[in-house]
Amino acid sequence: MPESSFEDINNIYVSSTMPPSRQYSQSTIPLLPFRHYIGNTEFCTENNTSECMLYISQELLALGFPSIFFDLNGLRELDVISALNSMYGLLQMHRRAVGMLAELEVEQLRVSSDLHCQQLTNSKLKDQLELSKKENLRLCERERQLEANTKALHHCLKNEKEEVQKLQNVIASRASQYNHNLKRKEREFGKLKERLNQLLTDKKDKKQGMDVLNYVGRSDGKRSQWKTGKTDSRHESDMYKALLNEFDKHQRELMIENAELKKVLQQIKQEMVGILSPKRQSGETQKEEKPKEFTDQQIASDEEEENSFKGTSEMSCEHAREQLSNSIRQQWRKLKDHMANLDNKASLVHLGQGINEEMISKEVHQEEMERLKLEIQQCKDFIHTQQQLLQQQLSTPWDEETAAVLTDCYMLEEKERLKEEWKTFEEQKKNFEMERRTFTEAAIRLGHERKMFEEDRATWLKHQFLNMTFTDQMNLKTQNTLSEYAVQEQKHISSPKTPL
Amino acid sequence: MNFSEVFKQSNQLCKVSPDGKYLATCVQYRLVVRDVNTLQILQLYTCLDQVASMEWSSDSLFILCAMYKRGLVQVWSLEQPDWHCKIDEGSIGLVSSRWSPDGRHILNTTEFHLRVTVWSLCNKSVSYIKYPKACQKGMDFSADGRYMALAERRDCKDYISVFVCDDWHLLRHFETDTQDLAGVEWSPNGCVLAAWDSCLEYKMLLYSLDGRLLSTYSAYEWSLGIKSVAWSPSSQFLAIGSYDEKVRILNHITWKKLTEFEHHPTITNSKAVASHRCLVSDEIPPLPVQVPVVKPDPDRANPKIGISAIAFSVDNRYLATKNDCMPQSVWVWDMQRLGPTAVLEQTAPVRFFAWDPRRPRLALCTGNTKLYLWSPAGCVSVKVPVEGKRQHLAYS
Repeated sequence: MPESSFEDINNIYVSSTMPPSRQYSQSTIPLLPFRHYIGNTEFCTENNTSECMLYISQELLALGFPSIFFDLNGLRELDVISALNSMYGLLQMHRRAVGMLAELEVEQLRVSSDLHCQQLTNSKLKDQLELSKKENLRLCERERQLEANTKALHHCLKNEKEEVQKLQNVIASRASQYNHNLKRKEREFGKLKERLNQLLTDKKDKKQGMDVLNYVGRSDGKRSQWKTGKTDSRHESDMYKALLNEFDKHQRELMIENAELKKVLQQIKQEMVGILSPKRQSGETQKEEKPKEFTDQQIASDEEEENSFKGTSEMSCEHAREQLSNSIRQQWRKLKDHMANLDNKASLVHLGQGINEEMISKEVHQEEMERLKLEIQQCKDFIHTQQQLLQQQLSTPWDEETAAVLTDCYMLEEKERLKEEWKTFEEQKKNFEMERRTFTEAAIRLGHERKMFEEDRATWLKHQFLNMTFTDQMNLKTQNTLSEYAVQEQKHISSPKTPL
Repeated sequence: MNFSEVFKQSNQLCKVSPDGKYLATCVQYRLVVRDVNTLQILQLYTCLDQVASMEWSSDSLFILCAMYKRGLVQVWSLEQPDWHCKIDEGSIGLVSSRWSPDGRHILNTTEFHLRVTVWSLCNKSVSYIKYPKACQKGMDFSADGRYMALAERRDCKDYISVFVCDDWHLLRHFETDTQDLAGVEWSPNGCVLAAWDSCLEYKMLLYSLDGRLLSTYSAYEWSLGIKSVAWSPSSQFLAIGSYDEKVRILNHITWKKLTEFEHHPTITNSKAVASHRCLVSDEIPPLPVQVPVVKPDPDRANPKIGISAIAFSVDNRYLATKNDCMPQSVWVWDMQRLGPTAVLEQTAPVRFFAWDPRRPRLALCTGNTKLYLWSPAGCVSVKVPVEGKRQHLAYS
């Protein structure tokens, strides 16, 4: 138990050496509750006074105080005086320690307030630093702008200097030119003065004159005319005639050019209309409708042409020109839109969507292509078989070379014949087209004529009717003619057949 | 190409008659007329003094020999060798003498350009024209020979007078808006007269035959202006060469600039270069080609810079130009493409060039013994077996 109390004492020792007001201590040793102004009842009791005294004397010795005991015959007796001195010494120590503590506290407060101040100033300085950095940036930016300005101004200055230099060069060259001219004029003036002097002093005056053996006729052989007012006016009129001829020639050339350009534009327009019209039709229309529509278009465009030609004579040329160019622009726009549509539809067809009228025409086109390809293939086969037959026929007696040459020749002949046949075929096709067109035109004309004829007939019949007598012959005649016409006619006439 | 033997001639007076049958040369004070084919001497005339200038009349019947120092003009007839005519200008002196287009009048310009005297060979009439202007090209006859335009200066103002060559009747007389009129030129169709200012101001005025101002053209201000002018044979284009090394083409409908041809010292167009060096060395120089440039002296008047010579080919297709600061090169431009078609580079400065009057073939000479021919098909150089320098050439 004394060991345990020693341990306690040690603990206390350890804890008592720590000033209690040191709150920043890092010691983990728990502090014993220590009341320094009340007697420590826990430390010394009636039982352990000698141990306590011993302990205290050891402590005091350790602290440098003289021993509070003096040994009398091996007994340790408490020396009160030295104990009191030691206590006084301890109190002094304590007071000093407290003073030092207070000083330290003050010091610490001071230091903390200094730190606080420093922190404040630090933050203030940081703010100031921020501000000054911003200021610096701003100034840098300003400096950059000013530099750019100065660069631009330098550039301007350089340009201006160059301009000035150029102008100075110009002035210099002009000045040298002026000087040159001036010197030339002065020299001439000097020569003139000399000449004048010479003439004034010179007595002989060399007369000017012409000495000719005989006068020569005019180059054009005509006689020269007297100068009268008539000749003057003739000269004027000749001059104006020359000018007018030139203007006329010029205008004629321009008119021809203009007409050619108009023709070209009309052709372009018609071709564009032609390209657009067959494609516009629905899939069910047959080929007969195509030429009809084409002729309709033709008629329409012919009418337009007539209008425009009328226009050139009636309206101002500018108006006609505008009309033509506007219509061409319209057609071109339609063509462009149409092409765009076709492109779209082509892409759709590629994706397998959309069934439109245009699709069918594409199929028709493809069918045509297939048909033509078949035809070409057939022709090729035909040619090939012919070649083979020829080779078979003319095989043995000749060399390979001559045979090859001969087959080539025959092939050429065949090819040319085929080409000619194709040509004739094409021509016939064209002719057929033309004939068909003329036939339709003739049919239309015939229709017109028939109408005219019918009208004529109606009037004639009316006439007959009015002049009719009551003779049987006339009746018979009219009846006969009526029957004849009745056979020919296809339409019903409105005029009544009166019983006679 | 065949060459005849060498004949002596002085002062570069050697001209073929307009009808192409005769060749006239002057040697000192003698006038020798030869047949062009056989080169036999047909006539020999003796003048009173050394002949300064010689000119055939337009119908090839007469030859005019002018002696400026003596102030004399002598006219010789080819049909009648005995016929003689002597015109003495007297104390007033003589500066230039020329035929009128009908071949029956002689226009003498007196000293100091005091007046132009028109002497008639048909009758006794003499006409005087006062105050002609002494300038680059003060007098021009229209192509059909009916009208003459004369630049005049009176009271510090420029005028143009148009005369009818028939009887020298003054048709029109009008003032021009120029500082210092430098030249007049008729268009080949005779209906437009181009008049231009001196090099101190770039101004081109276009007048109609009856004196109306059709248009004015000015490309820039202040720098030196027009140096040379040429009409195209169809009267469609007017080419103006100026001191800024550019040729500007005006069209005859609006009289506005159609295009301008720049003579750039570096050529990058591959078709364009035909060099004399090529003919010798058979190699095509690599692109870009540098055309040799000679910098002119800036302090002198009439500096050697700018387009000094322009000529159209007879078929209207090509235009040949020479830039004075590239004196060894002649540029040929294609009028259909409105771009350069060839740059002919020689080893010496080009002295003179002329187009063939019948086909698009250009001949140029540089003062050595060779004659260079260019056509759209290619170039040829011909050695002329003669000593001395080639200065001038003329097609018959």
